[in-house]
Amino acid sequence: MSLRNFLKPKFNTSGNMEFSLPFAHKLMASKPVKTAANAYTGKEKMIRVGCPSHNCGGRCLLRVHVRDGMITRIETDDRPNDTIADPQLRACIRGRSYRHRQHHKDRLKYPMKRTGERGSGKFERISWDEATDLVAGNIKRVREQYGNTSLYVPYGTGGYNQMGGKWSADRLMNMYGGALGYYNSYSWACITRATETVYGTDVTGNQRQDWLNSKFIIMWGWNPSEMRDGTNTEYILKEARKKGAKVICIDPRMTMSAVALADEWFAIRPGTDVAMMSAMAYVMITEGLYDAEFVKTHCMGFDKSQMPEAHKDEETYKDYILGTRDGQPKTPEWAEKLTTVPKQDIIRIAREYATAEAAVLYQGYGMQRRAYGEQVVRAGCVLAAITGNVGKSGGWASGIALQAGGGPFWNVLPLGENPVSAQIPTFLWSEAVVRGPELTEKEGLVGIDRLPHGIKMIWAVASNAIVNQHADINRSIEIIKDTSRLEFFVVQDNFMTVTAQFADLVLPACTQFETWGIEDGWKYGEELIIQPRIFEPPWETKSDFDICAAVAEKLGIGEAYTEGKDEKQWISELVEEYRQLRFPELPTLAELEEKNLGVYSRPVEKPRVAFRAFRENPEQNPLSTPSGKIEIFCEEMFSKQLPVEVPPIPKYIQEWESPFGKEAEQYPLQVIGTHFMPRVHSTLGNCEWNKEAFPQRVFINPIDAETRGLKNGQKVKVFNDRGTLILPCRVTKRILPGVVNIPQGAWWKPDKDGNDIGGSVNTLTSQRWTPFAFGNAQHTIMAEVTALEARADG
Amino acid sequence: MSKRLAFYFDSSSCSGCKTCQMACKDKNNLAVGQVWRRVYEVSGGGWHKQGNAWAQDVFAYNLSMSCNHCEDPICAKNCPTKALWKREDGIVQIDQNKCIGCQYCLWVCPYGAPQFNPETGTMGKCDLCADYIDEGKNPSCVDACPMRALDIGDYDELLQKHGSSDHIYPLPDDAITSPSICIKAHPKADQPNPSVGNLEEVKFAK
Repeated sequence: MSLRNFLKPKFNTSGNMEFSLPFAHKLMASKPVKTAANAYTGKEKMIRVGCPSHNCGGRCLLRVHVRDGMITRIETDDRPNDTIADPQLRACIRGRSYRHRQHHKDRLKYPMKRTGERGSGKFERISWDEATDLVAGNIKRVREQYGNTSLYVPYGTGGYNQMGGKWSADRLMNMYGGALGYYNSYSWACITRATETVYGTDVTGNQRQDWLNSKFIIMWGWNPSEMRDGTNTEYILKEARKKGAKVICIDPRMTMSAVALADEWFAIRPGTDVAMMSAMAYVMITEGLYDAEFVKTHCMGFDKSQMPEAHKDEETYKDYILGTRDGQPKTPEWAEKLTTVPKQDIIRIAREYATAEAAVLYQGYGMQRRAYGEQVVRAGCVLAAITGNVGKSGGWASGIALQAGGGPFWNVLPLGENPVSAQIPTFLWSEAVVRGPELTEKEGLVGIDRLPHGIKMIWAVASNAIVNQHADINRSIEIIKDTSRLEFFVVQDNFMTVTAQFADLVLPACTQFETWGIEDGWKYGEELIIQPRIFEPPWETKSDFDICAAVAEKLGIGEAYTEGKDEKQWISELVEEYRQLRFPELPTLAELEEKNLGVYSRPVEKPRVAFRAFRENPEQNPLSTPSGKIEIFCEEMFSKQLPVEVPPIPKYIQEWESPFGKEAEQYPLQVIGTHFMPRVHSTLGNCEWNKEAFPQRVFINPIDAETRGLKNGQKVKVFNDRGTLILPCRVTKRILPGVVNIPQGAWWKPDKDGNDIGGSVNTLTSQRWTPFAFGNAQHTIMAEVTALEARADG
Repeated sequence: MSKRLAFYFDSSSCSGCKTCQMACKDKNNLAVGQVWRRVYEVSGGGWHKQGNAWAQDVFAYNLSMSCNHCEDPICAKNCPTKALWKREDGIVQIDQNKCIGCQYCLWVCPYGAPQFNPETGTMGKCDLCADYIDEGKNPSCVDACPMRALDIGDYDELLQKHGSSDHIYPLPDDAITSPSICIKAHPKADQPNPSVGNLEEVKFAK
């Protein structure tokens, strides 16, 4: 049977779609998306294009085969020389399944206005003219009535091609007097802030090819195979092992990365990583294994001899580790109780890491999305420092580890300056809606003493972080539903996301295959990938840029917004900037397009090493920290005068929801919400191929399952005071007893009782923020799991 | 030309990401329910409370498998309409014009390779991307693997290149069909009492 026939939808006599097969229904139920000006009719054409990665850690190349306005197949990078210096950018299942998302029956097609209550799901189709009037009118009204600080374009990563997505709305807002800004992110709030307190910068990473010079690599809460922390990260680790590096994994789960890359896996209780790190430091200090010379010349705060004058009597790192002041030496026995990691393993790992000629301690990001997430980042950096692994080949400074040297990265559409200086932490937008004027620096408000009013209008572009991806969905919904606080809520996206269901106005954005974009590495990489337009926007969809341009027009700043340029011209200029500032050999956009290259990459023959100059001569090349050295003691943190929650040296702190707290009597299980292979956060959460490959499940250890009488595949209830979700469980030995994983990003779907049967972990998460970075602590959750029904069904 | 084309699979570096499975589904336009290339998650070992600590000897590895294009294809032997046949280069194919969808091949294949397509009423399975092979290209799954854990080649040459082929759980006895697959075992594949941990994701086959 020919592909065309297979793709052809079937109609019955009444004109309705006939869904005889699950596949036809899922993949191609709607009319095929015909392009208006289709350049490829009849003949198949292949276009090389960057994967619409949506804040995936990967940036990969796709070869998209197109015929008659439909994608027929998606392949990946086929450049002939697949070397470690310049590896093929092979896409994972998120890219390979993408035609399901592109041709999905549920794509938003027309602007729609709410007709029932917020969240009622009742909408009516309206014209673009009315839609843009509504957006422009509300921007104007809110600005006049409350000021620009009541306008807000939230964090969102559903469109991430450095052109569209929220950038386009930021540019518009900035031209119209500005909007309330935000800093940090849901991904990296603690790790960016805390890395800077140690090193004065976030650029702490060597280029990845340098791992081939390493002898010992610790993947600590880091699962690059599944989160995809840079295309080829896992492949480079594989090659590092071939060259003799030993790799271990410390994680509550035996992750995909642990299976494919680690020689050993050590299961650790979530939220106790600092205890283990401290015990490792204890071993290194008591056995004299740390790099005393490097500590003396490059660090501050390790012991009494190197404390800043103003704080010379404060507790030092060594004091804390040896228990000089608090009476509790941070011994492996002490850490074993907290972490569940056998003490002999802690000792062995400490010795191996400290004595390896060059070693990497790579920190994942999950453990900093927790209560006191700042501490684990700092503790990891300190271990890297006291083992002398900073600034050397094969070593690793830890921290956020943005790639050393040579920008620009993330060169996006020119946004202009935001005339509003006020900024909130990303995670606290819900507080700014509820009680904006009450917020102070204690809630992380910067750039203004007090906000005159709360947030009154939200324009969520490619953002599902207002409901599904924000913490505590039930509270978020309550906040969003209150029209007296949030007066106007517009969502611009490809689908009726969980967030969009609560909007007053829904604007249909086209996909990234229907506009122009570019991508460079997310965190690593030496390449630029272009995203040529493959299809014209179908139905009444428009690109984010065109939508914003239309709103700008209504606000009387249309020309200033576009400068007479379309997306392709903007991208062409961005490519030119990359050529001038980073890649002198980079072809022009016209050349890249004409030759259907898709990507330009530069081989990494000699990987750059972060802090090399500092290591060689710390006096001449000081860090940009206050002392110019690696700051184990942080004066800024000291100045907060919150010694328990924000100690100036990294400490283990019992979390506010913990298996050691009273709350465990009622809710004894820790719940984590990891990244999941089939999705990028919530994106692709509605695609059937992806769900088939990796169904959403509650992952639970057989020991916990047994005590609750649960069988593999059985539907379970997971609940705490914030909500209840219902999902089948997967009983697996690959998770520590006492811990349950519900991968984040599944789409919340309430049953008639308000239980979430879609399985969004944010039904259970808390909106409490971390004390120093004001970051999300969404992995710090206690809950209970019970059987929903006695019968096993799978 | 090769007389016996075969897959090579390196289980020691497979993460179980299923990009091979997805590449196959996309190339072959497979409905939900048909998974010509499947990834079995195998795990075993256990947990033991040791004072305050949890000691464990848990292990896991993956097996990615499609059709093994057996030297002695039991599916072809049992096909009442002779729809299943072996090409000169070893690829076992299904002639869609002859197949009546009786599913005998599904029942006899020890690997669960042939799968019923309810839309066509016939069987389908991995054909090693014969169209790609004829163009001198690799099968879709091979070029998809982010870990470069899959390869294709002549069976004897693959054996020579990799020393040998490992027989890992849950593979059935090679003697049944002489599968054309060369496997590099995960180091944990020698552990006792393994079981398939993701049955619901691979049960389509049978």
